[in-house]
Amino acid sequence: MDAKQLKEGIVAGRLPEQEIDQNFADLHPPLDPHEAMVEADRCYFCHDAPCMTACPTSIDIPMFIRQISTGNTLGSAKTIFDQNILGGMCARVCPTETLCEQVCVRETAEGKPVKIGQLQRYATDVAMNADKQFYERDASSGKKIAVVGSGPAGLACAHRLSKHGHDVTIYETREKPGGLNEFGIAAYKAVDNFAQSEVDYVTAIGGISVENGKAMGKDFSLAQLTEQFDAVFLAMGLAGVNALGDADAEASGSEDAVNWIANLRQAKDLAKVPIGKRVVVIGGGMTAIDAATQSKALGADEVTIAYRGPRERMKASAYEQELAKIRGVTIRYNMTPKQTVTNNGQVVGIEFDREGEHIALEAEQVMKAIGQTLQVSQLEAGASLALSGGRIKTDTEGKTSLSGVWAGGDCTDQGDDLTVTAVAQGRDAAESINKYLTGGDT
Amino acid sequence: MADIRNNFIGIKSPNPFWLASAPPTDKAYNVERAFEAGWGGVVWKTLGEEGPPLVNVNGPRYGAIWGADRRLLGFNNIELITDRDLHVNLREIKQVKKNWPDRAIVASIMVPCEEAAWKAILPLVEETGADGIELNFGCPHGMSERGMGSAVGQVPEYIEMVARWCKANTRMPVIVKLTPNITDIRFPARAAKVGGADAVSLINTISSITSVNLDNFSPEPSIDGKGSHGGYCGPAVKPIALNMVAEIGRDPETAGLPISGIGGITTWRDAAEFLALGAGNVQVCTAAMVYGFKIVQEMIDGLNNWMDEQGHATLDDVIGRAVPNVSDWQFLNLNYVTKAKINQDLCISCGRCHIVCEDTSHQAITQELDGKRHFEVIDEECVGCNLCVNVCPVENCITMEPLAAGELDKRTGEKANPDYANWTEHPNNPSRVAAE
Repeated sequence: MDAKQLKEGIVAGRLPEQEIDQNFADLHPPLDPHEAMVEADRCYFCHDAPCMTACPTSIDIPMFIRQISTGNTLGSAKTIFDQNILGGMCARVCPTETLCEQVCVRETAEGKPVKIGQLQRYATDVAMNADKQFYERDASSGKKIAVVGSGPAGLACAHRLSKHGHDVTIYETREKPGGLNEFGIAAYKAVDNFAQSEVDYVTAIGGISVENGKAMGKDFSLAQLTEQFDAVFLAMGLAGVNALGDADAEASGSEDAVNWIANLRQAKDLAKVPIGKRVVVIGGGMTAIDAATQSKALGADEVTIAYRGPRERMKASAYEQELAKIRGVTIRYNMTPKQTVTNNGQVVGIEFDREGEHIALEAEQVMKAIGQTLQVSQLEAGASLALSGGRIKTDTEGKTSLSGVWAGGDCTDQGDDLTVTAVAQGRDAAESINKYLTGGDT
Repeated sequence: MADIRNNFIGIKSPNPFWLASAPPTDKAYNVERAFEAGWGGVVWKTLGEEGPPLVNVNGPRYGAIWGADRRLLGFNNIELITDRDLHVNLREIKQVKKNWPDRAIVASIMVPCEEAAWKAILPLVEETGADGIELNFGCPHGMSERGMGSAVGQVPEYIEMVARWCKANTRMPVIVKLTPNITDIRFPARAAKVGGADAVSLINTISSITSVNLDNFSPEPSIDGKGSHGGYCGPAVKPIALNMVAEIGRDPETAGLPISGIGGITTWRDAAEFLALGAGNVQVCTAAMVYGFKIVQEMIDGLNNWMDEQGHATLDDVIGRAVPNVSDWQFLNLNYVTKAKINQDLCISCGRCHIVCEDTSHQAITQELDGKRHFEVIDEECVGCNLCVNVCPVENCITMEPLAAGELDKRTGEKANPDYANWTEHPNNPSRVAAE
């Protein structure tokens, strides 16, 4: 083994560049036309298809697969986009194994579901690579809507509003749009700058302007938006991260997994991203998995996910856990963090209690992935915007307690923190807003 | 082990699987390979009269339709009879027969409808030692425009006439190959029998256009932007062939006339079905052209195992066994009542049985129980049509269950009558035969 790989401390280039590239390559290489045809042939075109019911955006899956099988790939893409304009990203990041593919009747029949996610990617890739735009804007309504946040919920909402003829301004805190698609998910799930291509594809409908580097609560207030716009859609996600409390330490090597992933996603050269020899990730959700797997991919020698609860409570899907394990990550359960051990301002380890047993792990890096929170300070009108469980309270259409203000995605109390759910909420809120603006009852 | 040796009108072969007259049997090289693979016999690709060999198109000769996973279901060709010199073919037939004396070699022949033409070629074929001849009255494409092939097969009088010429001019057994491109297969079969033919073989290919190129609007296969109807074969034509074989088997005028069964035979199971409907042996082409000659080994083995399991010692125990069960509709038992039954343990809940019954049939399958997808037959509505069985992707998940005698048919409110009763005696039949 290369000496560099086992070097102590937090260093870059533990692995040869080529190996790092390989580790970050497309998790599921795209299907070629022959593979897509063979796979599409497996679909039974079920009636009242379980896959369609399982999809949070209710894509007509049997129809889009049938369209692939008949060589009508653009028609297939439109079937997908009609329900989910971010169908391309969802095809890459959806936990299909717990959604559409879990209930596929061929999973029931032979334990091998139709590869719905892969087929969806195939169809959407064809349309997006051809830059085929399916939607035209309705005649201008003269109405203006502010969307706060350019993640999946914000983009889906903006697209649908624009289609209905409304003008949309998206305010994005960061210098780049895309939200978690751009800054959050693991790099190997959306290679080749896909998140940005998708933003371009979605906004190409027109009528959507994106203002980057504009944070609510700092550059503008919610009150200003409700004043200046006919409606507001809040989709700013969860900008706060939970703290570890007493077990934490202010030291180099102690970081939030969310920030670490965001920096990794924006890194121009992965070979220059430093990583510890030993990394401990605290948490049990998808962020923990993504941080751990990518730490390993950068060349960390030992990567451990330490989860506070038992195996069955871990939020990351069985498939994602397995993926992490295959890539060399150790997952340990019932680990309650007790103390981060430091030396000269540098993390050297972390101690846990596991049901009375004291466990000390050596680590140069401790990444905290113990959940994100709504930054309530953004909402200076918080008093009148009702919250629920620390998130914005919404009804099934996305309406908040404030008239003229809707919300969707992770910042709300609805849904399950999935990209696809955020898309559904953004889309449905847009329909609700449209109804409100065009005089329908709401 | 069952004995599957075949004796068809005196022509012996180690098994009943022959290759039909077609591209796979055009030359010694192919036929040698076929015999090495285990084929019991071949019908050599059709010979024409002496003279300059005819020519084929130089573009595509074949078209196809496919099912799921691009499995070939139907095949079509516009290839003509052999385009090699007659004497080359005859020399090769003679040599191959010498090399493989236990295998059957039958020569297919197509010459103009003149006695002299047949008189000229028959001794040449006889000299090769071929076991018999097959008169190609079937090919629907190309040669039919020149008054041969199906142009002959569509006129029973010509069939009878040419069969008679052949019987008069050769000692070899004569098989007449029939075209399915007619209204009633019994007429050409009867003509062959009256003309003295020893047997008929069927079906030849069906006139067809497999598809149209939607970019340039040419039929496929496309020859420089134009297409001509070709002969359709492969698994898709098997049901048509089975019916025609059965029609000849149960026609009093042709009953007992030996039949070589042809049409979409792909597996031992297909072959056994042809035998059961009265074929004395079978001929195969498309399956070999799709998978190569090795498939015959599965056919031999599968037929053997089935016969062993069923206790059939020889082919004669199988041949024609299904013929008495082929009936006119009017004699089917109207008191036989079946209901579809869905095995919930095997059901994968695709819902197709429900939607086809709901949309296109009798609204006899539920889609929900207690708010969950659940598919179950409503006996009060089920007419026993079998559509759900046919569309279900899981074998044996839906079965048709006959009502036992005395059991209530919830649809009609009547108890199942154990007695046989058909349409001829039914009260609704205006021309019924009185039962007394």
